[in-house]
Amino acid sequence: MPINYYIFLAVTLFCIGVAGVLTRRNAIIIFMCVELMLNAVNLLLVAFSKMQFHALGATRPQAGIDAQIFVFFIMVVAAAEVSVGLAVIVMMYRNTHSIDVNFLNRLKH
Amino acid sequence: MGITQVLFWILSIMAILSAILVVISKNPVHSVLWLIVVFVAISGHYILLNAQFLAIVNLIVYAGAIMVLFLFVFMLMNLNAETEPQKNRWLKIAGVIAGGSLLLVLVAALKKADLKTQLAQMNTGDIGLIHNLGLSLFHDYVIPFEISSVLFLSAMVGVVVIGKKD
Repeated sequence: MPINYYIFLAVTLFCIGVAGVLTRRNAIIIFMCVELMLNAVNLLLVAFSKMQFHALGATRPQAGIDAQIFVFFIMVVAAAEVSVGLAVIVMMYRNTHSIDVNFLNRLKH
Repeated sequence: MGITQVLFWILSIMAILSAILVVISKNPVHSVLWLIVVFVAISGHYILLNAQFLAIVNLIVYAGAIMVLFLFVFMLMNLNAETEPQKNRWLKIAGVIAGGSLLLVLVAALKKADLKTQLAQMNTGDIGLIHNLGLSLFHDYVIPFEISSVLFLSAMVGVVVIGKKD
């Protein structure tokens, strides 16, 4: 598969995530859209790693393996981030009894 | 057009349609379920690229653990379509236009790039197998691996401290 199909697929998924962050007010849905963007980037990294392997694999059999390790670490950090973020959202729900992000405008006043 | 290309297009359309449904569905639980479909489609892409370890990790960690965590939080808060906060229509249109403009700019910038000759190798290649990834992870990337365990410990302590009722 030419690499530009993967680039356009990942860009489309990323922009759908951006549009979701901008259009929704539910804090958890916004968080899920951030996860969607992370996954688009992961998909593009794996595609680039296979492109690197296709270009250099004949001379260097380990070419492109760094990108897949990188994706693994992104998943690790995302798992930690999700647990902390959901704890913050649960605390926010406990204090305001809503998950509407527009309630969190205390800095404006 | 071989079976790989057909699967690529099916998985791409599945991913994009379910991503759109994540954003537009009113009920938050439906959003979570559509996001699981997106992750399954992305795992299918990983399998097509022969990155089997990442495909399984994506299924277990994202579609399994993280999405169950999201569902738990939704069930705990007892959210449904009636309690869902809605932005007014103009803000929604502005958000969609902003996201579409970003898509337009990126596609226009990347369309002219000379990438047609660069192929992403599919179905073959063994760098995505667990043997090679494990060798690389525990030889070249031991220090980041250990640091990530410290990160997990601190995240766990942070979650307990934040979530404690006081």
